[in-house]
Amino acid sequence: MIEIVSATRCVECDICVKVCPANVFDATESGVPVIARQEDCQTCFLCEIYCPTDALYVAEFAEGPTGITEAQADARQLFGSYARALGWKRGKAGGSEFDPTHRIRVAQ
Amino acid sequence: MPKPQKSASDSLLLQADVLVLGGGPSAAWAAVAAAEASAKVVLADKGYLGTSGATAPSNTGTWCVPPGDNRHAVVERRWQRTGDLADPRWMLRCVDTAYRNLLRLSEWGYPFPSEDDGRLYIANLRGPDYMRFMRRRVLLAGVTVLDHHPALELLSDGDAIVGAAGVARQIGQDWRVDANAVVLATGGCAFRERILGATGLTGDGYLMAAEAGASLSGMEFTGKYTLAPYGSSLNKGLPFRWASFHREDGSPIVGPTGEPLRNGIGDREEEVARALIDGPVYARLDQAEPALQGWLRQGQPNCFVPYDRAGIDPFSELFRITLRAEGTVRGTGGIDIVSDDCATGVPGLYVAGDAASREIMTGAVSGGGAVNSSWALASGWWAGKGASTHAKRRTGKAFRTEVQSLGQAGLRPASSPRVDISAGEVIEAVRSEVTPLDKNFFRTGEGLEKSGERLESVWRDVRDHLQGDGLDRVRTREAASIAAAGRWSVAAALHRTESRGMHRRTDLPGKSPAFAHRLVITGVDAFRIAGAPERLAELAS
Ligand SMILES: Cc1cc2nc3c(=O)[nH]c(=O)nc-3n(C[C@H](O)[C@H](O)[C@H](O)COP(=O)(O)OP(=O)(O)OC[C@H]3O[C@@H](n4cnc5c(N)ncnc54)[C@H](O)[C@@H]3O)c2cc1C
Ligand code: SF4
Ligand code: SF4
Repeated sequence: MIEIVSATRCVECDICVKVCPANVFDATESGVPVIARQEDCQTCFLCEIYCPTDALYVAEFAEGPTGITEAQADARQLFGSYARALGWKRGKAGGSEFDPTHRIRVAQ
Repeated sequence: MPKPQKSASDSLLLQADVLVLGGGPSAAWAAVAAAEASAKVVLADKGYLGTSGATAPSNTGTWCVPPGDNRHAVVERRWQRTGDLADPRWMLRCVDTAYRNLLRLSEWGYPFPSEDDGRLYIANLRGPDYMRFMRRRVLLAGVTVLDHHPALELLSDGDAIVGAAGVARQIGQDWRVDANAVVLATGGCAFRERILGATGLTGDGYLMAAEAGASLSGMEFTGKYTLAPYGSSLNKGLPFRWASFHREDGSPIVGPTGEPLRNGIGDREEEVARALIDGPVYARLDQAEPALQGWLRQGQPNCFVPYDRAGIDPFSELFRITLRAEGTVRGTGGIDIVSDDCATGVPGLYVAGDAASREIMTGAVSGGGAVNSSWALASGWWAGKGASTHAKRRTGKAFRTEVQSLGQAGLRPASSPRVDISAGEVIEAVRSEVTPLDKNFFRTGEGLEKSGERLESVWRDVRDHLQGDGLDRVRTREAASIAAAGRWSVAAALHRTESRGMHRRTDLPGKSPAFAHRLVITGVDAFRIAGAPERLAELAS
């Protein structure tokens, strides 16, 4: 589930509010969006890759929050790790041209 | 571009030739196809076109069959696996149109990977990239896109569907689109299982269509489950093709031959399901060679997010697994199609993708892994064209002022609203009948009877008393849709007194020739189930 909006990384663009398909975030007057409906999160990791500054962290457990802190996620370099694995950067798509899934299909 | 107007009640009012409901691939293709046919198109999605639906968070292999002599043979081979229920004519049409649209994607510049000989590999579409790309194509085609605008109900003028109404959930305002035709591309029903893309997949389209008089088929085929790391959302089976499976005490899970399982997907899900009913099951992806490990990591990066975040090396360490229920998403049920343009039989109402029954494409077995995404590519196209043709025929007719709102359960209860009946509890009650492995993966007549009775009573509460106000209507309507889908599914499963594909009756193993046809459901509160005799006739000829 979505667990962390890093106030130190966030540039308050509200992209996550717009793109989250489950409408989990709310924009705020003060700037950084809040996780308003965590229970609706579908653990799709898509907000992470759309965020231009890797300010979001979605933990692997889909049934409820794990309680991981920003410092812990940071120490393990987890912020932005899914975007890097795909080849997306600063919220922009990339890397699909290097997808080797056809090799997996052959092996299958 | 249609101009938004504010009506007296401060709601958003638009007019269009074609209204597409949904924001996954089938909605996107329907919108592009209708716009290409010069229709004025509005697309309203519950979520955000680009991230919502089952494809966006996934990596979908397509059923990509190039033209040529081999095509018939490929279709024939696949048909052999469908439990005699699919229709080869639809399968052939689908691979043809899907292939054309894959070529269209490549002409548009979608960044496909290349094979070693430099040719583009167009048989796979990486979800986030594909759906972001499709959003751009939809906008380029001049379609008005309304994100976070869930539809609540269809509108009728007494003869035909003439639009839909819903709520703009980020603005808190009602919306209504008057349209000459509507395409339902609202996806399947995942019964609120926490799988990729499923929060919004609550079967809303099924209920809306049934209220309008359309039929459903294949609703009994909801017995598809997919392996996932325990507690995660990653219902992707592919890496488990190269895994071993163990019980709590370390003993291996064995296949039908008595050998330890080394592949947990396809038919072998059955052994894993049996073990999971007994207790916790662990897996290790230890059948994958190092080169394959690299391709898996790079080609299916989301599959590894749960392991990496939990600090597990899945190739060398055991980790706990689960089977996730997938309802009609990887099942095959949905709205019955009556003609080649994806019409539903209700004038002005068309259907595409997972919202439609995929029985004609994939019968009693799952279309996940290839068929479903090609079906979205093809059926979206046909529905978009069909809807625009219908819209043109109606152009000139003024929108009648007398428009009926068709929504019932969850919006307008038959009796007095009761606050003690909540959407959340309704969904939990349905889930406890349609997701447990020992009720729905393996089925018995007795078990289905009991589930049927419980779901009847849940449905009566929903029908008579469930109601929400404002934004809450989205939740009550979702709960009503889930309750309706669960009730139809169990009723159809009871009706099919045999086993076929993912419908596994342990009390009635084996196929019965008397059931080599589809089951069609018509009606919402009082519904009837009937065999589709045309298939029997076709098979005989
Ligand atoms: C993890 C996973 C992996 C998969 N992998 C493969 C694969 O490899 N190959 C394959 O062929 N298939 C695969 N599938 C299936 C494939 O993703 C689906 O068949 C496909 O996404 C269907 O497209 P769709 O547009 O019909 O529905 P979806 O993509 O599910 O989209 C449905 C849309 O409807 C919207 N919606 C719902 N209710 C409303 C409402 N009331 N008002 C407005 N909008 C609404 C939702 O927001 C969503 O945008 C996979 C599915 C999953 C879950
Ligand atoms: S997308 Fe990232 S930077 Fe933008 S508001 Fe959300 S968290 Fe902040
Ligand atoms: S993981 Fe998906 S559902 Fe959850 S907050 Fe991020 S985008 Fe929304």
